[in-house]
Amino acid sequence: MNRVLALLQGDSQADRVVPPSGYSARLTLFTAGAMAFLAVFAMALSLAAGRLADRWSDALARSSTIRISAPVAELEAQTWAVLTVLEQTPGVDSARALTDEEQRALLEPWFGPDLPVADLPIPRLVEVIETEEGYDAEGLRQRLAAEAPGAVLDDHTRWRRPLVEAANRLRMLGWVAMGLILASTAALITLAAGSALAANQSVITVMRLVGAKDNYIARAFVRRFTLRALMGAAVGTGAGMVAVALLPRAGDDEAFLTGLGFAGVHWLWPLTVPILAAVTAFWATRIAAFRTLRGLR
Amino acid sequence: MQGAGIVIELEDAAYGYGAEPLLSEISLRLAPGSFHFLTGPSGAGKTTFLKLCYAELLPTGGSVKLFEQEAKTMARDEIALARQRIGVVHQDCQFLDHLPVSENIALPLTVSNRQTGEEAANLEELIGWVGLRARADALPPELSGGERQRAALARAVIMDPDVILADEPTGNVDWEMSLRLLTLLVELNKMGKTVLIATHDLSLIRAAKAQVSARVLRIGDGRLQLAGADL
Repeated sequence: MNRVLALLQGDSQADRVVPPSGYSARLTLFTAGAMAFLAVFAMALSLAAGRLADRWSDALARSSTIRISAPVAELEAQTWAVLTVLEQTPGVDSARALTDEEQRALLEPWFGPDLPVADLPIPRLVEVIETEEGYDAEGLRQRLAAEAPGAVLDDHTRWRRPLVEAANRLRMLGWVAMGLILASTAALITLAAGSALAANQSVITVMRLVGAKDNYIARAFVRRFTLRALMGAAVGTGAGMVAVALLPRAGDDEAFLTGLGFAGVHWLWPLTVPILAAVTAFWATRIAAFRTLRGLR
Repeated sequence: MQGAGIVIELEDAAYGYGAEPLLSEISLRLAPGSFHFLTGPSGAGKTTFLKLCYAELLPTGGSVKLFEQEAKTMARDEIALARQRIGVVHQDCQFLDHLPVSENIALPLTVSNRQTGEEAANLEELIGWVGLRARADALPPELSGGERQRAALARAVIMDPDVILADEPTGNVDWEMSLRLLTLLVELNKMGKTVLIATHDLSLIRAAKAQVSARVLRIGDGRLQLAGADL
């Protein structure tokens, strides 16, 4: 901790020894700012994908559907039979048959608003909500087959899994993007530091000749680049957070892109970006500085 | 007492920039408080010899010891510490052009974190001693050749080193300034500092006769020879 404080406080005399390097300073500030801005979006993507995966996983895992396909004359009786079976099934919290209006709403995107549901041989849908313990799907299937032959249980597993997998993959890609952004930041800061070190080779030579230790010389450069990266990343992170906050909002059930952003304590996560940028710059510059110094006596 | 108290010792040291050795079989021991001149024609290897003495170059053969430590096996930080005990006046002075003269002179103190109030007072005194008080705030490119040499000398002694190595310290100055610089170096020697001056200026060596007892060494054909009796 003392070393971090010493780095932040600096040594005004040591700072003066290395001449100011305008070009590499601006390059580092801009790079850190731009990368932090992108990192905030990658983080928002990852966290939003994570929330989506959890929501899908949670919501779909606790609900299922029974589809009753039967001749119109038997449809009502089979629906009652299904609901009766469900009432007696342990692990079922509630069950209800969707109304004609709800079924029409489900079909509206494909057939338009005036679909005569009652006149069409459309299966009746029953929505089942499970308790936390859940029910025995195989046992329920067998009882439904005996009581209502037209009823088919769909516990959503089949299509839930790829959705959750896709969301989880998206979350992982967000973190991979974060890693790549950090690696690119490190590479660009290494280049900027290398350029500053090369431009100041004569200064470094003089410092070595008058007895400066490698650590002293490296610290002058490391401090400069670390603070620049911290400042640039702080500005980039602030801009990124504002941009994410200004993204259009929609209800929880709306499309994925409108849910991109931070929620609750997740707003604290972007604050780690400037710190990560500073740590990356610290090590990138330190490694570059010592590599340059090893080439000099 | 082999090597006891010897500040810099070269034993069969050799150095070459390519396949051909520039220096070979160089043996010399610089005792504390001694005064040496190193002469020889241009390109003979005087600067290379000095660079071996402060470990900017490592010998390709033989050994060089700084304060009884083998230069080849010294860690980089040990070399840095040894250089804090060796004041070097480079031929081209080598200043940081963005810093004023006073900060250039204080650079060895700055890099060794030794800037106390006492050191600051010493700096003022030292700047006055080399006659640069009026030029303390000037930047190095604004200095004349003589002023640069005096500033380099002040920087070389600011750490109160044990040894002063000067490479052609009078190369860019007139005769009057050469004598002033020589007098400063002789004063330092009388204060107990070991002094080694590389120069091809024999009149400077002759001028030193009256002031100090010095050994004159000569580099010729890559080897070190004693050029004459004590001056």
